[in-house]
Amino acid sequence: MGLFILRRVGIMILTALCLTFVVFFMTNLYPNLEKLAKTQGNFRMSDEAVASWLEKGGYLQSTPKKYLEWVGLAPSYQHQAEDGTITGRCITPGMDPKDAPRFCGILQGYWGYSSVFKDEVSSIVATRLSLTGILMFWVMLVMVPSALILGVLAGMKEGSATDRTLSTVAITTTATPEYVSGVLFIAIFSSSAVGLKWFKGTATSAMDSPNLENFLLPVLTIALYGMGYIARMTRASMTEVMTAQYIRTARLKGVSFPKIVLKHALRNALIAPFTVIMLQFPWLLNGVVIVETLFNYKGFGWTLVQAAGNNDIELLLGVSVVSVLVVLITQLISDIGYVYLNPRIRIT
Amino acid sequence: MMNKLSQHDGPVLEIDKLSISFFTRLREIPAVMDFSVSVQPGEAVGLVGESGCGKSTVALGVMQDLGKNGRIVGGSIKFKGRDLAQMSPEELRDIRGNEIAMIYQEPMASLNPAMKIGRQLMEVPMIHEGVSEKVAYERALEVVTDVRLPDPERMLNSYPHQLSGGQQQRIVIAMALMSKPALLILDEPTTALDVTVEAAVVELVRDLGKKYGTSMLFISHNLGLILETCDRLCVMYSGEAVERGSIADVFDEMQHPYTQALFRSIPLPGADKNAHPLVAIPGNFPLPHERPKGCNFGPRCDYFEAGRCDQGQIDMADVAGNDRHATRCLRNSEIDWAAPIVAGAQKEKTEPGEVVLKIDNLKKYYEVAANALFGGGTKKVVKANETLSFEARESETLAIVGESGCGKSTFAKVLMGLETATEGEILLDGQNIEQTAIEARDTRTISDVQMVFQNPFDTLNPSMTVGRQIIRALEIFDIGDSDQDRKQRMLELLDLVKLPRAFADRMPRQLSGGQKQRVGIARAFSGGARIVVADEPVSALDVSVQAAVTDLLMEIQRSEKTTLLFISHDLSIVRYLSDRVMVMYLGHVVELGDTDQVFSPPYHPYTEALLSAVPIADTSVEKEHIVLEGDIPSAMDPPSGCPFQTRCRWKSEVPGGLCDREVPPTRSLEAGHQIKCHLSDEILERMQPVIKIAAE
Amino acid sequence: MDPLSWTGNIAFLDPLLFFALGLLALSVLVWIVLSAVLPENRAINVTGGSASLSSGPLVLAALAVKAAFLATSALVAVYLLLGIVMGTGAGIIGAMAQRLLPVWIALVLLFTLSILFKRKLGLYGKLFDSPIGMIGFALVMFWVFTGFFGAVDMIITHDPLAQLSGLKNKVPGTPLRSPEDGDFLWYLLGGDNLARDVFSRMVKGAWEVVKIAPLATVFAFMVGITLGLPAGYFGGKLDTFLSFLANLILAFPVILLFYLLVTPEIVQTGLPQFMAVVLFAFPLIFFYVLINARYRTQPQKNYLWLAVVLLPMLALYLMVVSAPGSKVDILPTALDRIDIPGGILVVFVSVVFVNSPTVFRIVRGLTMDIKTRDYVAAAQTRGERPWYIMLWEVLPNARGPLIVDFCLRIGYTTILLGTLGFFGLGLPPESPDWGSTINEGRKLLAIYLHPALPPAFALLSMVLGLNLLADGLREESLKD
Repeated sequence: MGLFILRRVGIMILTALCLTFVVFFMTNLYPNLEKLAKTQGNFRMSDEAVASWLEKGGYLQSTPKKYLEWVGLAPSYQHQAEDGTITGRCITPGMDPKDAPRFCGILQGYWGYSSVFKDEVSSIVATRLSLTGILMFWVMLVMVPSALILGVLAGMKEGSATDRTLSTVAITTTATPEYVSGVLFIAIFSSSAVGLKWFKGTATSAMDSPNLENFLLPVLTIALYGMGYIARMTRASMTEVMTAQYIRTARLKGVSFPKIVLKHALRNALIAPFTVIMLQFPWLLNGVVIVETLFNYKGFGWTLVQAAGNNDIELLLGVSVVSVLVVLITQLISDIGYVYLNPRIRIT
Repeated sequence: MMNKLSQHDGPVLEIDKLSISFFTRLREIPAVMDFSVSVQPGEAVGLVGESGCGKSTVALGVMQDLGKNGRIVGGSIKFKGRDLAQMSPEELRDIRGNEIAMIYQEPMASLNPAMKIGRQLMEVPMIHEGVSEKVAYERALEVVTDVRLPDPERMLNSYPHQLSGGQQQRIVIAMALMSKPALLILDEPTTALDVTVEAAVVELVRDLGKKYGTSMLFISHNLGLILETCDRLCVMYSGEAVERGSIADVFDEMQHPYTQALFRSIPLPGADKNAHPLVAIPGNFPLPHERPKGCNFGPRCDYFEAGRCDQGQIDMADVAGNDRHATRCLRNSEIDWAAPIVAGAQKEKTEPGEVVLKIDNLKKYYEVAANALFGGGTKKVVKANETLSFEARESETLAIVGESGCGKSTFAKVLMGLETATEGEILLDGQNIEQTAIEARDTRTISDVQMVFQNPFDTLNPSMTVGRQIIRALEIFDIGDSDQDRKQRMLELLDLVKLPRAFADRMPRQLSGGQKQRVGIARAFSGGARIVVADEPVSALDVSVQAAVTDLLMEIQRSEKTTLLFISHDLSIVRYLSDRVMVMYLGHVVELGDTDQVFSPPYHPYTEALLSAVPIADTSVEKEHIVLEGDIPSAMDPPSGCPFQTRCRWKSEVPGGLCDREVPPTRSLEAGHQIKCHLSDEILERMQPVIKIAAE
Repeated sequence: MDPLSWTGNIAFLDPLLFFALGLLALSVLVWIVLSAVLPENRAINVTGGSASLSSGPLVLAALAVKAAFLATSALVAVYLLLGIVMGTGAGIIGAMAQRLLPVWIALVLLFTLSILFKRKLGLYGKLFDSPIGMIGFALVMFWVFTGFFGAVDMIITHDPLAQLSGLKNKVPGTPLRSPEDGDFLWYLLGGDNLARDVFSRMVKGAWEVVKIAPLATVFAFMVGITLGLPAGYFGGKLDTFLSFLANLILAFPVILLFYLLVTPEIVQTGLPQFMAVVLFAFPLIFFYVLINARYRTQPQKNYLWLAVVLLPMLALYLMVVSAPGSKVDILPTALDRIDIPGGILVVFVSVVFVNSPTVFRIVRGLTMDIKTRDYVAAAQTRGERPWYIMLWEVLPNARGPLIVDFCLRIGYTTILLGTLGFFGLGLPPESPDWGSTINEGRKLLAIYLHPALPPAFALLSMVLGLNLLADGLREESLKD
C-alpha cells in the first residue's frame, strides 16, 4: 500500500511538472510577452523598446531555463543595467542585490506579483481560494448527499415509477450547463420581470456574510449540474448491483428489501460513484468559473478570468499551479479511496 | 420469532401441473408447461435437461422469484401442503432461506464481494430465528466445519475473493444449510468447478443431505451427476417433463424417445468412434415460440407418427408395472425399448501415418508481477509447461487431458506461435518452429496448424457474416485466385461441415451454438490444415449437439488425414475418440500412452483420481471411490517435489519423503506408455481398475 | 401594427393546455406515491383464463400518466397545426410555428420514412422502438433542421446582425416601427440590447452548433480510436505513455486550457494551426490503416481503394491546414480553396483536443475487454496483422458503447461551445451562437428576460435531446 501511494505521488509530481510547464510555455510565448511589455510600459513602445524591456526582466532566456527559475530550481536571472544597478526577480526594490536570495520560485514561496491587482500572487490566491472553498463546501454538502440518495432511490427498483421520474430529473439537470441554469434561476427568482425576488441575483455580498438569500442560487447552480451526473452514475451502479446474483442470494435467504438495499447493495453500489465524485473536480472548477462570473462572486474562478483576460502572467501561473494541484490531489484521494472501498483490491 | 412450518406428512414439495410464462412487449413466452413433480421427505430428485428446457425456471418458480415479467399461469406449487403462490410476502420471506434454500452455479457471483463470509452466514439464523450474534457465530462455525473447510475461523473472517472456487461453493452450501432447511434446491452447483473438485463437492452434498435429512431438488444437465446424487429424476424437454421415475427405472427402462436419444448421444464406456459411434439427435431444439403442435420432440423423434403425435396436447401417462414412473409419449407401449441401437455406419480404424509433429523437452515459463495492482515488487516465475515431450502422427487423435491451470492452453499458444518457447523444440515436419512467432511464420506453416476454440458464442466475430469470415481466412491463406474462386471454396467448406449454403449471409447471432462451432471448424480447415488443435470444442455445447459436432470433427479428420490435438477435461469423450492420451497436471505431463493403456491400470495416481471423479451415466458401472483432498494448487505457487504430492493418496507408499523433494522422472512402463511417478513397479502392478462394468 | 400576444386568436386553448399539464403532474405524483406504497407485485397471477400483466391500481396510474402525456402532446400539436394555418393570427406561437414549417415537413418526412423501414435500418431503426430515444431524436433533429434551413436564410425573419431603430430590448411580439416592403412586421421574440431580432439570432445560433459540434466530435473520435486501439491492444510501454498523456490533458482544467489556447496572441503564434496539422492527420492515418489492413493480401485492390479514399482526403487536409500568410503555408494560394477563419479553427481544434483523451480512455478499455475474445485469438492464429485485428475484429464490436458515447459527447461539445461563447472566447463578437447571446442577455437579466431565455432553452433542449437519444440507443443496443 505504501509503495502504491508512493508511486501515485511520483506520477502526480511528474504530471504537475508537465502541466505547469505547458502553462508556462503558453503564457510565455512572445506575443504574450510583447503585450505584457506594452501594458506595463506604454502602448506606443517601439519594437526595440519592447525587446530591451523584456531583456531587462529576463524574459528573453530560453523557456526551460525560465521555467526552472520560476519553479525555483535554477538561480534567478539578474540584470545589470549600464549604470551598474542590478535588478532581478529576487531583488525587491530598495534591497541590496548582495543580500537577495539566489533562488526565488514557487518552491521558495515566491509566487510573483500580479500586474492587475498590484499585490503578491500568493496572498491573492490564498484569499480567493478560501472564498471559493466556502462555495465548494456548500456545493458538496448539497450535491453529494442528494445525488446519492436520488441515484440509490432510482436504482433500487429499475423501471419503477420512482426510477423513471428521478431519471428524467437527473437527465435534465445534466443537460443544463451552469450558464443556462444560472440564467434561469436569476430570471425566475430574482428578476423584476417575474417579480418573485426571493433571492439575490448577485453573490457579491456573500463574500463577507454568506446567507440563504445571496448564496443559495450560486450553490444550487453548480450543484445541480454535477448532481445529475453523479445521480445517474449511482443509479447505473445500483441497478447493476441489484441484478447481481448475490442480491438474489440475499433475497432468497429471506432478507427483507430495505435490508437488502442497505446491507448488501449499498456498499457495492457506491464504489463507482465515489471515483466519479472525485473526478468531478476538474469539471466543478469549470462550474465555479462560470458561476463566479455570473453571480459576481470574487473567488478563485473569477480571479482566473481576470488573470487570463488581462494577460496577468504571474497570477495566471499561480492560479494554474493551484488548480492543477487540486485536481491531482483529488485524483490521488480517489485512487486510494477506491482501493479502501473495494475489498477485492485491498486484500490480495 | 419464526418457527418452522408445522410437521406435514405428505411430500415436502408438490408441484402440480405448473405452467410458467414470461411476458415480453410482443408476446407471451411459455417457459414451463404442465409440469408436475413431488419430492418426499429425505428424497433427492433430479431435474435434467438441456439448456433452455425450463429446469431453472421451475426452481425460481418454487422460490417465487420469477422477476418482473414472469408469471405462474397455471397449476400450483405446494410446500408442506401450503400453496406458495397464496402466501403473503412476509410468509414467503420466512420460508426463503429458512425452509427452502437454494444453491447456484456461480459460487463467486452468489456471495457478496464486500461482506465478510461470517457476516453472510450469520445473517441467516439472525433473520429467521432472531438469535444473538454470538449464537449465530457458533452456528456458522459449526456448519463451516461440517462442509469440511480447513481453518473455519479464518474462513469466516475472509472475503469471498480470498477463497478458491471450490471453497466458495462449500461456503454457499454452508449458507444454505445454516437454518437446516427442509428443501434444498441446487441449480447446476458444480458446473463451474473442476472435475476433481466437483467430485468432492458432490460427495459433500450427498453426505450432508443425509445428515440433515434434507430433501433435494438437484438441477443438472449431466446425467452422470444425477445418477450419483439422486433417488428419482425428471427429464425435461422444451418446457415439459417428458419422463419421471426412479433412477433405476429411467436409466434402465426408459420409456420416452428423448430420454433414449439423450443416453445414446453421450459417450459411455464401451462407445468407440469406429465400432460404436454415437447417435446424435437430429435437428435443433425448438425455440419457445416455435414449438410444434403435439409432441414437442416429434420433429426430432425416430418413432414419430404423423397424424398422431402432432395432433394436440399429450399428457403424462403412468408406465405399467413400475413405481411412480410416468412418460409423455403416446407410443410408449408400442415401441420396443430393448431393441438394439441401429448402429451408425461402422468405420475402418485409420492407421496413423508419419510423425508430423514432434515436441521435445518443451518448457514455457512466464514472469508475473507478484502483485497485479500495485505493480513492482518481486517477479514470480510461473512454470506453465515443464519438459513436454511427445510425437503426433498423421491421422492420429492425441487427447490432452487436465484441469484448469494444467498448462494445456499455454501449450496450444506456444504451438500456434502466439508465444515462443522458453526452452526445447517443436518440430513440424522436421523444422523447428518453437521460436518463430506467428508474424514470422510463412503462410503454409500457419495454415497447416489451426485451432478450434472452446466457446461457441465467442469464436465468431459477431459483426461479420459467416461467409465473410471464412473468405477472410481463405484470403489470408492465399487460397483461390479471385473473389469468385474463394466464394466457391467457402460454399464448399460450408458443405463440408454440413451447414446449408444460405448460412453464408447470416450473422453469427442467428446461429445456434452447434452451428457456430461448425463454422469455427470450417474456418480452421479452410487452409487445408494438417494439425488442428481443438480446445474443448464441445464442452460448452448441449449433450445432444456434442455428439453431432464430435462426429463431424472425426469425419473431417478421417477424410483429410488430419492430426487432431484434442484438449479436454472430459474423460468420457476422450476415451471415445482419441487414439492416444496425455494427462497433464500443473504443467507436467504425468501420463502418456495409448487410450487403453491410460484407461486401465497401472495408472498415475492423478489419472486414477480423475477417472474416479468423472460421473458416468450408466447404472451398470461400478466405480472405485476416490476423492481428492483440497483444491488444485496455483501454478504461481506450485508444491515442492512432485506437483501432485499434496493431494496424492499413494504418497505414503513412497519411502523417504521422496515425493516432497524431487520431481519424479519420466518412466516407460511398456511400449509408448510413460508415467511420471515415484511409485515402485510392484505398487503400480497392484493397482485395480477404477471403473468396472458389472456383468449383465 | 398591433403588438402580437403569445397565442392570439387561439388563446381559448390555453386553459385546456394548463389543465392537461396539471393533470400530467398530478398523475405522475399519484403514480410515484402508489408505487412506493403498494407492495411489490410478486409476479403471481393464478386467476386462470387470460393471463396478462395488466392489473392493479399501479398499472392504472401508469395508464393515466400515459393518457395525460398524450393529451398534452396532442394539444401542443393542435397549437402548432393551427399556428401553421393561421400564422400571426395565432400570436407569436402561431407565427413561429409557421416560420418553422420547413422543419416540420422535414421532421415528419424523416420519421415516417424511418418508422416505415425501421426493421431494415439496424440500430438506427431500433431507436424507433424506444419512446425516450424517439423524443430525443426528434429534439435533436429539430435543431439540426432549424440550423440547416436557417443557414440558407429560411425560417429567420430578419438579418441577425441588423439593428432596427426603436426595438432595443423590446418585448416579444413588438411590431417594427417603420417596416419596409417585404419586411416581417414583428420581432417575434423581441429585440436584444442592440435592437437585433432575438428569434433570428437563435435560429442562426443553431447553425453555429450544428456545423461545429458533430464534426469536432468525429475528429475527437478519430484521434481517440487511432490511439486507443493500439494502447489497449498492445498494452505495455506504449499504453503507459499514451495513458499518461491522456491523463495529463484530463487533469488540465478545461476552462484554463481554453483561456490559454483561444486568445488572439496564441493564434498569432500559429500554435492552433500546428495542432490542427497533427489532429487533422488522424483521419488520414485511420483510413490508410483501415484499408491497408483489409486488402493487404490483394495489392491491386489495396492501391485502388487507397487512391480513391486517401487522395481526396489528403487534398482536403492540405487545404484546411494551410492558410496563406500564416505559419503553415504549404499550398500555393491558387490551390488553397478552403479557408477557415482563425477563430473558428482554434475553437474547433481546442474542442477536439479536450474531447479526445476521454474517447481514448473508452476505446482503450473496450479494446482490452474485446481482445480476450476467442475470435481475436482465431484471427491471431491465422496470422492476421495487429492493425487488422484492431480495426476489423475489435472496433466493429465496440460500436455499441461508442455510438452511445458519441451522442453524449456531441451534447458535451455543445455545452463546451456555449462555455466558449459565454466567455467570449474565439468566436467573433457579433456571432449569434447561443453561448454569446446568453452572455449578452444575462447582463440585463434583472429587467429583461427575453434576450437570454430563448438561447438558454434552445441549448437546454438540444443537449437534453442528445442525452435522451443516447439513453434510448443504450437501452436498445443492450437488448441485442
